Amino acid sequence: MRYAMAVDTKKCVGCSDCVVACQTENNVPNGYCRDWIVEVVAGSYPNVEIELRSERCNHCDNSPCVRCCPTGASHIVEGGVVLVTHNECIGCGACIQSCPYDARYSHPEGYVDKCTFCHHRLEKGQQPACVEVCPTNCLYFGDLDDPNSDVSKALRNRKWKVLAPEAGTKPQIYFLT
Amino acid sequence: MKSRRDFIKISAAGTGVAALGLTSLNWKGATTLLGANENDPVSDEELKLYPTYCEVCFWKCAGWAYVDKNGSIRKVIGNKEDPHCNGRLCPRGTGGIGMYNDEDRLKTPLIRETVNGEEVFRKASWDEALDLIAEKMDKLRKEHGPECLALFSHGTGGAMMGHLVKAYGSPNITAPSFAQCRGPREVAFAATYGEEVMSPERTDIRDTRCLVLIGSHIGENMHNGQIQEMSDAIDQGATIITVDPRFSTAASHSKYWLPIKPATDIALLQAWMHVIINEELYDKAYVEKYAFGFDELKADVQNKTPEWAYGITTIEPEIIRKTAREMAAASPAVIVHPGRHVTWYGDDTQRSRAIAILNALLGSWGRRGGFYFPDKVHLPKYPSPPYPKPKRSWRDAYPEGKYKLVSEVLSTGICDATIPNPNLSCHLRGWIVYGTNLMAALPDQEKTLEAIRNLDFLVVVDTMPMDITGYADVVLPECTYLERYDILRTSPHREPYLALRMPAAPPKYDSKPNWWIAKQLGERLGLGDYFKWDTIEDMLDWQLKQVDSSLEEMQKIGVKKYKREYEDLYLLENLIDYEFNTNTGKIELYSTELELEGFDPIPQYTQHPEPPSGYYRLNYGRAPMHTFSRTSNNPNLFDLMDENSVWVNPKVAALWELKKDEYVWLKNQDGVVTDFPIKVRVTERIRWDSVYMVHGFGHNNKKLTRAYGRGASDSKLITKVMEDPIMGGTGMRGNFVTFLKEDPNREEIES
Repeated sequence: MRYAMAVDTKKCVGCSDCVVACQTENNVPNGYCRDWIVEVVAGSYPNVEIELRSERCNHCDNSPCVRCCPTGASHIVEGGVVLVTHNECIGCGACIQSCPYDARYSHPEGYVDKCTFCHHRLEKGQQPACVEVCPTNCLYFGDLDDPNSDVSKALRNRKWKVLAPEAGTKPQIYFLT
Repeated sequence: MKSRRDFIKISAAGTGVAALGLTSLNWKGATTLLGANENDPVSDEELKLYPTYCEVCFWKCAGWAYVDKNGSIRKVIGNKEDPHCNGRLCPRGTGGIGMYNDEDRLKTPLIRETVNGEEVFRKASWDEALDLIAEKMDKLRKEHGPECLALFSHGTGGAMMGHLVKAYGSPNITAPSFAQCRGPREVAFAATYGEEVMSPERTDIRDTRCLVLIGSHIGENMHNGQIQEMSDAIDQGATIITVDPRFSTAASHSKYWLPIKPATDIALLQAWMHVIINEELYDKAYVEKYAFGFDELKADVQNKTPEWAYGITTIEPEIIRKTAREMAAASPAVIVHPGRHVTWYGDDTQRSRAIAILNALLGSWGRRGGFYFPDKVHLPKYPSPPYPKPKRSWRDAYPEGKYKLVSEVLSTGICDATIPNPNLSCHLRGWIVYGTNLMAALPDQEKTLEAIRNLDFLVVVDTMPMDITGYADVVLPECTYLERYDILRTSPHREPYLALRMPAAPPKYDSKPNWWIAKQLGERLGLGDYFKWDTIEDMLDWQLKQVDSSLEEMQKIGVKKYKREYEDLYLLENLIDYEFNTNTGKIELYSTELELEGFDPIPQYTQHPEPPSGYYRLNYGRAPMHTFSRTSNNPNLFDLMDENSVWVNPKVAALWELKKDEYVWLKNQDGVVTDFPIKVRVTERIRWDSVYMVHGFGHNNKKLTRAYGRGASDSKLITKVMEDPIMGGTGMRGNFVTFLKEDPNREEIES
């Protein structure tokens, strides 16, 4: 099993619903977030293009954050989900430095926090909160090993890219272009 | 004393309220949503669900409030059965919980009084506040007649307050959603098809093959069902054509973006008609069967060639032709979208008419992928006496026959009828303002303030200390939608649906629901017969039992689907015989109604003023995470967007030496300057002849502790109003601004 997510940049409107849904689902303190929106504007008026992306932890196959964690708080569970055990984290921030996606932040209570793919929901057979809420239905989630999962189907039928492939982290958030 | 109404910044001044409430800042300096030690997410199974429908905007999506065992509302999630949201709320709905948690909420009734020459608000009990309002309303009724009262309202609770005002005997019930928003399109579509567009819009975007957006920024305006359906349409490969001087989000998802010169849309629409008629691309059978005035229209657009329009709109003729052909190829599954906020240049009814006519040529009204025929649940009203018949109305402020085609009460008309004038037979003296921040909702703030200065009394009912509360004599704190019952949602859709809102938690502080306020005032005014139910539950249960449901059932399911009573969804699919509710019984391409009232029966492009040198047209719009000015202090939504910025083309920025993220003040053509500076966004997404900002920021009430002073208010800069002579709409896009790099309020002393 390999969980992954695909983000359809042709449908995303950058509304930030994924951000606030994550915050309320996961009690992320105001002022912090586990997912966020990136808007890239290219060209000059009137030949302009925008790419809108909902970004979050890439749950990398080759995750530098897990490798560099001195306590083992950062770890990988079934399905490739990268998690942080809060009470094992000493808040040293090495993982924050190592992440090429800037996906982690220091929680005000002293530990490092990030996207969990809503692991507590996956366990109950639910989708991550961001996927469930997205009004444009532009987030596809599921098991890459299952050819019939939403994410497998999306990646099969569309062109896609990942962010910072040169970092060699084998990220698992795909952007449909 | 009439001129006493100084703005009171709701505060603990004088004997005022020490109502600072609990601060949610914990010692670590972070604001947590739900307090410490509760950081771990809770499984849905441990939460209890209460049905609601959202009140953060007018789309009113049904959802569930999830409440934990401590009685805290943890989150709000869409109801999967609801066609408004299909289980997916928008960011404002998801963040609606912040409305409940906002520690700046109004907490107790407040009464204005003078202490040592200074006007302050003093905390009052509900009895005292309601007695005072009833006393003032009674006096007004006896001395001047009940027609001298007006209600401004926005949102669901306005219905209950409206019931009170109608029972009291006044017809002056208004909402800014007409004259400041969708009024022109409703009047235009009624003149063309005999029916309005309605809300939610009857656009069949889900099944369309071509969607044309004229300045409509779906995706930035987060009208949930529409954005969801636009996304479906993208999946299905529909063509999107966006006409906008700004590269909107919708434009970025479109096959064609027409970067039109502002204020020239009618010329483009006429050129499209020219192409569609002259290339014989229109739906001939449909037009022949249903339309009136085709020959007149054809003759009228003969000289409106794409080449003619090019000189006006700056859109190349080939693009005009190409896009016209795309629309025709998709016909009848094509929507030239009527938009929603369409009060732009004062000829907005005519522009909306042009849109309606174009749709008729394409045969999209009443067809799949075009405009469907909606249906709704017709809920019997709880038995109550008939309303008294008012003898006068706000219309007396205008000459006989003016605004004959206006189908709702004009909010600006209420202001006009409040400012003394010897010809006024119905001089309004009392206002109740429910759930709408008039300082941001109405253009020309000076006129609003002049009307307010002439009032005997002003009552504001709101959940938040919005700017308007500072001018009130009495402020009543309403509880939020998550803490109250409301009337049932019966809005029209493809299938009729009912939705229930019930409290998920008891009201915080000393706040009360609108229905309780209305009933209490009614009883004090001797209008108890209009409120014969004990609690709103009784009323809702009675109503629901008339339509084969019950309160108990609705508390479990939240929304209920009914069978359509009326015609088919796509009634005109097979060109059946059908009589439209117009003078001719036809779709009026040539409007006999407008002609009768002395207006152009066929829309004509007229040139509008252009910005003087050094000034830029002020365009404004919406951000997906905010609704008007009402959400800017919401802790969750503030977190997503905490200020607006002014969008400036890089060429303009270079000219003014404006840098990214620099703060500037904006000054308009009348010398009016923003209260606060606004951040510059240098972007290729905007034309060089205009600037853009998101509406709803720049609050000047310090009691909105987060939103105060953040960004600038577009409303303040909208001092020039281009009035629509047909329906009184307030065109707001004829204002021009320039940049001030230094604080215009700085002190300068010469000696």
